[in-house]
Amino acid sequence: MATTRTFKVWRGDAKGGEFQRFEIEVDEGMVVLDVLHRIQARQANDLALRWNCKAGKCGSCSMEINGKPRLACMTRMNSLPEGETITVQPLKTFPVMKDLVTDVSWNYEQNRRIPKFQPKPRDSDGAYRMYQEDVDRVQEFRKCIECYLCQDVCHVLRDRDGREQNSFVGPRFMIRLASLEMHPLDTADRIPAVRDEFGSGMCNITKCCTEVCPEHIHITDNGIIPLKERVVDRFYDPIAMLMRKIFG
Amino acid sequence: MAPHPSAVGGHVEGFGATERKDGWWVEPAVTAVVFLTFVVYTTWAALQGVHYHWGPYLSPFYSPLLFAAPGDEAGLHHAWFGAWPTWWPSFLPASPAVLILAFPGSFRFTCYYYRKAYYRSFAGSPPGCAVGPLAGNRPYRGETFLLLFQNLHRYAMYFAVLFVFILSYDAIVSYWWDGRIGVGVGSIILTLNAVLIGAYTFGCHSFRHMIGGGTDCMSCGKATLKYGAWKKATWFNERHMEFAWLSLVWVMVTDLYVRLLSAGVITDLNTWSR
Ligand code: SF4
Ligand code: SF4
Ligand code: FES
Repeated sequence: MATTRTFKVWRGDAKGGEFQRFEIEVDEGMVVLDVLHRIQARQANDLALRWNCKAGKCGSCSMEINGKPRLACMTRMNSLPEGETITVQPLKTFPVMKDLVTDVSWNYEQNRRIPKFQPKPRDSDGAYRMYQEDVDRVQEFRKCIECYLCQDVCHVLRDRDGREQNSFVGPRFMIRLASLEMHPLDTADRIPAVRDEFGSGMCNITKCCTEVCPEHIHITDNGIIPLKERVVDRFYDPIAMLMRKIFG
Repeated sequence: MAPHPSAVGGHVEGFGATERKDGWWVEPAVTAVVFLTFVVYTTWAALQGVHYHWGPYLSPFYSPLLFAAPGDEAGLHHAWFGAWPTWWPSFLPASPAVLILAFPGSFRFTCYYYRKAYYRSFAGSPPGCAVGPLAGNRPYRGETFLLLFQNLHRYAMYFAVLFVFILSYDAIVSYWWDGRIGVGVGSIILTLNAVLIGAYTFGCHSFRHMIGGGTDCMSCGKATLKYGAWKKATWFNERHMEFAWLSLVWVMVTDLYVRLLSAGVITDLNTWSR
């Protein structure tokens, strides 16, 4: 059954803007992205928003819905209390281009800073071999759809100077670092850089990245904390340091 | 279509500022209450120096009992090194708990799970996801600089593992009284305490790292002990928050039970028929 809902959508560009209110008919089964498309079709033809797959897989439709970083295509209307005005805003952490579209290119710059995969030599028969249990851990990280919701919610980037100073690459790229560092075939050592350049110490494990990840990647428990532990091995645990000196 | 004035993106700024409409503050508020209760109760119980043992039971806040409290003859059979040392400075509280509490205390304080809880509840850093932090505009250094000590969690973990064995020993001893095997409500409480502390400790991120998480090739195709142990630690790690809270509350319950018995407020149901 169709109902009428009130939307408060932010409209504007880098120079500024304001919320605009829309009363719009919502049908059963709709997601927020559907409603935004209906607003675009019927009431605001020039409303800018990004989307591609409408299946939670391309990571394009990231925005803030009722104050929470979410994918518009995965936010069902019936999960938002009836009678409540739905506030839709662009991501806070990245510069606004127009309406709900932000410029997330800072993330691509971070990605480029990360030393790439360096596989060890092939076996004598020319094959690379690895075992499922050894790649289980890194496979979880491959689920990332690069929606940057975790980057948006991370308070180091969102409310502090982490992004401006490039002092922290953010949770998405800590995950990328973890997937490379834990890879059984990789030979590169990124641990000193994890601490000194990528800022593992900036994260205080408040876990907001994990809370918003639409792919349910355990960003902190399985990615960032294991990296922090590897940093501890290298820099803060004299017993581990001594063992390395003796046994190489 | 009335316009609402706002900054770029319409995001509100300042401590606690958010567009969230759910009860995001409930979790940090409950955390703060339970945590403060624990700190106040533990401090009070640790400074008492009395009523920390009864029969075969020993309060976990006083275990291992290195020296029995001054004048506590009955406690001597729990003590590892006998009576309270005469060299103990008089300006320090003469309670056996003060000798050991720093170890489990620092383990919990530097625990990766608890960091989330208290950074949100007490430091407001941030108080909730997508909610304005307490110190928004000041330079932020995370866990570098002053909070570098969080990296000592590794050491706290080594001691915590030792404490699991000590508390398990206390639990086993609690089934033994004057040469007779038996069981009391207290034995069960002490056993549960050892189990919960064990479940919390073996789910520690540092522990999981040390027993296998630090290697990239955990099995290399062979069914290694290391891989099996890492998987078990992972099971506990996935439930780390639950065991953190359960064990925190239960350790208070255990102390309180022994304390009430010792003070004669309650009686223990047991098979030794006392
Ligand atoms: S846990 Fe770390 S990376 Fe994740 S949101 Fe919090 S500070 Fe950012
Ligand atoms: S880790 Fe999760 S939240 Fe972050 S970019 Fe990837 S899918 Fe999105
Ligand atoms: S449209 Fe692809 S994730 Fe939402």
